[in-house]
Amino acid sequence: MRPILMKGHERPLTFLKYNREGDLLVSCAKDHNPTVWFADNGERLGTYRGHNGAVWCCDVSRDSMLLITASADQSVKLWNVQTGAQLYTFSFNSPARSVDFSVGDKLAVITTDPFMGVTSAINVKSIADDPSQQSGESVLTITGPTGRINRAVWGPLNKTIISAGEDSVIRIWDSETGKLLKESTPEVGHKKQITSLTKSADGSHFLTGSLDKSAKLWDTRTLTLIKTYATERPVNAVAMSPLLDHVVLGGGQDASSVTTTDHRAGKFEAKFYNKVLQEEIGGVKGHFGPINALAFNPDGKRLALHIDDHLSGNAGTIRWPIFVGMMWCANVEMGSTSFSSGGEDGYVRLHHFDPDYFSIKI
Amino acid sequence: MSVDKSAKPSKLRWGELDEDDGEDLDFLLPPKQVIGPDENGIKKVIEYKFNDDGNKVKITTTTRVRKLAKARLSKRAVERRNWAKFGDAVHEEVGSRLTMVSTEEILLERPRAPGTKAEESKIAGDNLAQLGKGGAVLMVCRACGKKGDHWTSRCPYKDLAQPTETFIDKPAATETAMATSGATKGAYVPPSLRAGAERTVGSDMRRRNEENSVRVTNLSEDTREPDLHELFHTFGPVSRVYVAIDQKTGVSRGFGFVNFVNKEDAERAINKLNGYGYDNLILRVEWATPRSN
Repeated sequence: MRPILMKGHERPLTFLKYNREGDLLVSCAKDHNPTVWFADNGERLGTYRGHNGAVWCCDVSRDSMLLITASADQSVKLWNVQTGAQLYTFSFNSPARSVDFSVGDKLAVITTDPFMGVTSAINVKSIADDPSQQSGESVLTITGPTGRINRAVWGPLNKTIISAGEDSVIRIWDSETGKLLKESTPEVGHKKQITSLTKSADGSHFLTGSLDKSAKLWDTRTLTLIKTYATERPVNAVAMSPLLDHVVLGGGQDASSVTTTDHRAGKFEAKFYNKVLQEEIGGVKGHFGPINALAFNPDGKRLALHIDDHLSGNAGTIRWPIFVGMMWCANVEMGSTSFSSGGEDGYVRLHHFDPDYFSIKI
Repeated sequence: MSVDKSAKPSKLRWGELDEDDGEDLDFLLPPKQVIGPDENGIKKVIEYKFNDDGNKVKITTTTRVRKLAKARLSKRAVERRNWAKFGDAVHEEVGSRLTMVSTEEILLERPRAPGTKAEESKIAGDNLAQLGKGGAVLMVCRACGKKGDHWTSRCPYKDLAQPTETFIDKPAATETAMATSGATKGAYVPPSLRAGAERTVGSDMRRRNEENSVRVTNLSEDTREPDLHELFHTFGPVSRVYVAIDQKTGVSRGFGFVNFVNKEDAERAINKLNGYGYDNLILRVEWATPRSN
């Protein structure tokens, strides 16, 4: 495959998010402008201007009209996806690290970092249908975990909130009361900071990536460890294929030591693993820095075939019956399922899989 | 041009046409026609052109546009496709090239190509099995003399027991070295001749290199050791391949040596490859004659 390189950001990428249909891709970076791209050809649609700090995370509503971004400028902003207009700003007293819309887009969970004596917190905000009616009141605030909470997402039916962060513990909270329901034990849990968390397409299980060079697959309801994927690099980003039993891990050596070593030593490939067998399938190279963000196109296998066969083309005579059935030119685009990766190098790489990807055997 | 226009195209004489060579005469042609695509997806484009001889030709291009599978594209996604650009994307410079297709073909790199590694180890196993069958024990430790257990470099007894021959040689070597160093003080002494150096190594290596050694001459300059190995390994296990390379120029000197594990293999290789055309040169393959010193 020939990946599409998107160089819209001047600083390292932090997060990538497809909309539900998988035709738009929102990228967040440490520069202040989240950017939206067409996911098929990588064309830039627009940028959302207004943040004054690194943007750590974002989410797109189900109807692809509302974008929410969390930024280190201690704010979370709501945007109109289409126009780039700022709709609302939630202000916090510490940097916002992650956001996630609930099912139904009525609620959003926002995590904030520990900062200047303020402890980290998980905030639940209700999202109004009409942005003009939007209020900044928190429905629920959960505090407790020490250190940064790198990611918090909604559990099934919005009944729970799953959080993970610097203390390497995964916690499941009741989203109504804020009570701690379950937490991972040190025996089975990660040994180091959890950097990323992503839910499966149906939400039944989720995957966490950690700096302890592993990724773990968990059951959403019971928080039992299902699988562990061991790798030889710190994991910064994880993604799960919506189609196949594939898991992608991205990462690489610490950004501070990248310039001191050869790029091959950095292990900046995105690694594909078989979800069930926990075996490595392959690696996709390309980035010059560690991968910070990974996303799979949720669209599934989209089959687009454009066949243009020139049956005849000859001066003077029409000879086309001779050429019937003979294809002169056929552009077959198949299975445009794609995944994208964003790296410390500031590039987003959009990979459309080759057809043989779908028939990989271990 | 203006003259042409005032004159009616139909009355244009060919003689005049030849005079203004290279002028665009397309206005003389009937307009381009596009028919279809019809319900069968057949699209016809009829164009008229002057060919090189100045004759008018009709070009009919028939194209069939087929939609084999419906792209599962939601209506709203199609709508979004037509959204106006906003933010920085509005005044994007033409040459900014934010989006590029990688010039490099990136493949999903398998940790190992399916089946390859297993095969390789199988071949290696075969080789060893073959050796065992042939009765020749390849793996002889030169440090402790044990056969078939480990290689010299991996000898676990290397540090414990010095090989007897070096023990005997050593004092003599030290003596001579001291003598020479006394005689020519300050002159360069190569490491191999210095006090304490193992003198036997050289001769030992040479002896080893002469076992079943085949000399290959008239090699082309581009031939490298892997090439020779590829050429010779079909005859049997090869223990060493060497191509003489000019140290100054780095160019092959046109000859090399191949050592076989089994003498019969070497013999077969000589019989087969002597006079063999390789890289447009005719190889000469023969037994390597022991160095005369």
